[in-house]
Amino acid sequence: MAALGEAEQVVATTDSDQGDFNEAEAPGKSDDAPFFPSDSIEELIYDDLTEADHQTLHKGTIHSIVRQTSYDSRSETPNTVDQDTPDISAGEESLEDSAETQVNSNSISVGEQEECLDAEVEDEEDVNSPNWKNQKKHVFILSESGKPVYSRHGHEDKLVTIMGVMQALVSFVQDSKDSLRSIVAGKHKFVFLVRDHLILVGVTRGTDSTQQMLLQLMYVYNQVISVLTHSQLSKIFKQRRNYDLRRLLTGAEKFFDNLLNLMDSEPGLLLSAVRCLPLDNQVRDIIAQTIVQNAKVKDLVFALIIAKNQLVTLVRMKKYYLHSMDLHLIINLVNASESFKEAESWTPICLPKFDASGYLQAHVSYLDSDCQVCLLLLSVDRDSFFTLSECKDKIKTRLTRYNALEAIDSSLRRKSYSTQQCGITDLRHFLYKARSTAQYTSPELEAPYCLPGEDERLFGMYQYLHHRIHTSGRPLKILFHVGQYETLLGWVTQGFELYAVFGPLVTKTGAIHAVNKLLRWIKREEDRLFILNSPTF
Amino acid sequence: MAQRSRGDDPEAEIRTMQMRDVKVCLLGDSGVGKSSIVMRFVSNTYKPSLESTIGASFMNKSLVVDGMGYRFQIWDTAGQEKYRALAPMYYRGAAAAVIVYDTTREVTYRAVKSWVNELRSYGPPKIVIAIAGNKCDLEDLREVNRKDAEDYARSISAIFCETSAVTAINVEDLFMAVARQLPLEDFSDGDRRNGSTVNLRSSPEQRKKQCCSGGKNSPSSSSTSRPQSSRQS
Repeated sequence: MAALGEAEQVVATTDSDQGDFNEAEAPGKSDDAPFFPSDSIEELIYDDLTEADHQTLHKGTIHSIVRQTSYDSRSETPNTVDQDTPDISAGEESLEDSAETQVNSNSISVGEQEECLDAEVEDEEDVNSPNWKNQKKHVFILSESGKPVYSRHGHEDKLVTIMGVMQALVSFVQDSKDSLRSIVAGKHKFVFLVRDHLILVGVTRGTDSTQQMLLQLMYVYNQVISVLTHSQLSKIFKQRRNYDLRRLLTGAEKFFDNLLNLMDSEPGLLLSAVRCLPLDNQVRDIIAQTIVQNAKVKDLVFALIIAKNQLVTLVRMKKYYLHSMDLHLIINLVNASESFKEAESWTPICLPKFDASGYLQAHVSYLDSDCQVCLLLLSVDRDSFFTLSECKDKIKTRLTRYNALEAIDSSLRRKSYSTQQCGITDLRHFLYKARSTAQYTSPELEAPYCLPGEDERLFGMYQYLHHRIHTSGRPLKILFHVGQYETLLGWVTQGFELYAVFGPLVTKTGAIHAVNKLLRWIKREEDRLFILNSPTF
Repeated sequence: MAQRSRGDDPEAEIRTMQMRDVKVCLLGDSGVGKSSIVMRFVSNTYKPSLESTIGASFMNKSLVVDGMGYRFQIWDTAGQEKYRALAPMYYRGAAAAVIVYDTTREVTYRAVKSWVNELRSYGPPKIVIAIAGNKCDLEDLREVNRKDAEDYARSISAIFCETSAVTAINVEDLFMAVARQLPLEDFSDGDRRNGSTVNLRSSPEQRKKQCCSGGKNSPSSSSTSRPQSSRQS
């Protein structure tokens, strides 16, 4: 974004153009959304994130469905805890180096920090390899006692020392009743998230803002919870502070890897919104009704169909909503796993926003032979596999009979839609999020953004725009940014968030005219692009 | 079971004959080849780099053994430790458990004993146990002595065989041996949880109880508290 000749204009609310930004009703608006209106990023204040909300806020959703108290007993005691693994001394000794950097404010900016970290780990293999150093984004998970749990790049075993340093930094700041949030060192940002029992560290030299990194770390933490549940995680670390969590997370690395890759390319996670598969309104209704009629099973909480990371339909139990963050974890589960394609599966999954203390059981199956259309039935009844399996057969038969599977398939093959279809010259790409429904839509990536590297650059621009608009210090409603290769317009209202990319020569008036036209187009198409009603069992 | 009339067309035979439902679950460490064995048995295929199973997957396969029809309902469980606590959900109510280890990794053989102990303590009382040493085609890399495993299996009166999902050695025989070992009186008991008899489990009180039970202590108690209904086969 540091291109020469870049001009930027923040359109103030008193601007004479204000009249053009009329807050018309947001397309894709609905009072009957299947999701929680999601956390928007400005609500993502660090203090909220660090609050251990899992136990206080969310415990008991599953309980209240089941109305049974013995649920907690299900998380098994890890009776085979590794007795002889010594605790990694994330020692007091290493604190001396970091003490020099005077960590007493929440956000510190030190130039030497990087070298300091490097010096610590000279004898480690991975850390010294240029390949490892050149990675754009690193994400580490370590236990409170500094034991490595996961690293996006390199092998955690070889990163023991660097994780020790991270733990030391965190605990040093904690000693003075403060918390370490981020470090900026040259081009690198180090972002820290400390949650119950785990420390998550993100290091980036890309376009992600600190807040966006924090959101990503939050996702990663929730992915851990999704595999283990919060209760199990707490229980393990209460019993043994230096437990090697990798034992329980074997096989889950692919979920972290895949999630992090999704976050680098999928705007939905940045926007906390879900993309729906464009589908004729009536077809979608038929699909939803088919599920409602054929999956009337007690204790079934959510039934959803996902195709290529897009939501086709979601049916929920009355009273319960799916949070977009949870849905992203479900999408990640499906996206990262090949094994569901072999046979019907029955797997536990914890949805942290729904209930972090327990598992739901997911019946996962593909409805088509190409394994693109995935049906998930989420129940609190651990013994309902066979019942749900029958439901699945019925749903599959009906959907085939009504040609609904065909419709899904052709929508998948058609790809989404082209920017040209909106009929706006000079508009290259956009993201539109309907805030009340936590859903978003965007056209296909087309030239020039389909070239390798260019898609990344586009995503970087969206991250920048998103960051500038949502920055907690100075949130903006409208931002008009003229760059070297394109002009960006971000506009946020009560009802929607719109991020649009234009050619470099568009004028402000032109852009305003264009987005108003775009909003009208989205309004016309909203039945197809969004799920506006929320069927229940 | 004494009949030995095997038709020339097993498919046709299967379609017409009475089937006995047999719920089988596969247990064992991660990466020993449980899914590969199931895949070889069910679809007679083999994929060299199968992804690790998530949770458990379910498959059906019908087989005629000694003139009797068996419909195997196979739970292929995930071997990773995080799923260990869920195992009771699958072996509870199973007529047979196949514990798989990898003949080229001694550590996976050690896990067999803990599975046997768990099944003996918490599993259904009459469960048929089979031990399968998989990857026996990799003779060069063998770490587990065949005789040791065989002796151990005999000592606990379990079925034993060495299998290879790659070459299909003993895979079908394993399930046939399981079928022969099933106790006769278990006939109606064994299929009380099969999929086609949903209404057996429709007592709401029971279902609630089951869905939150789990862990190591509950399976034995919940399997005894399940309504003892049987089905005409």
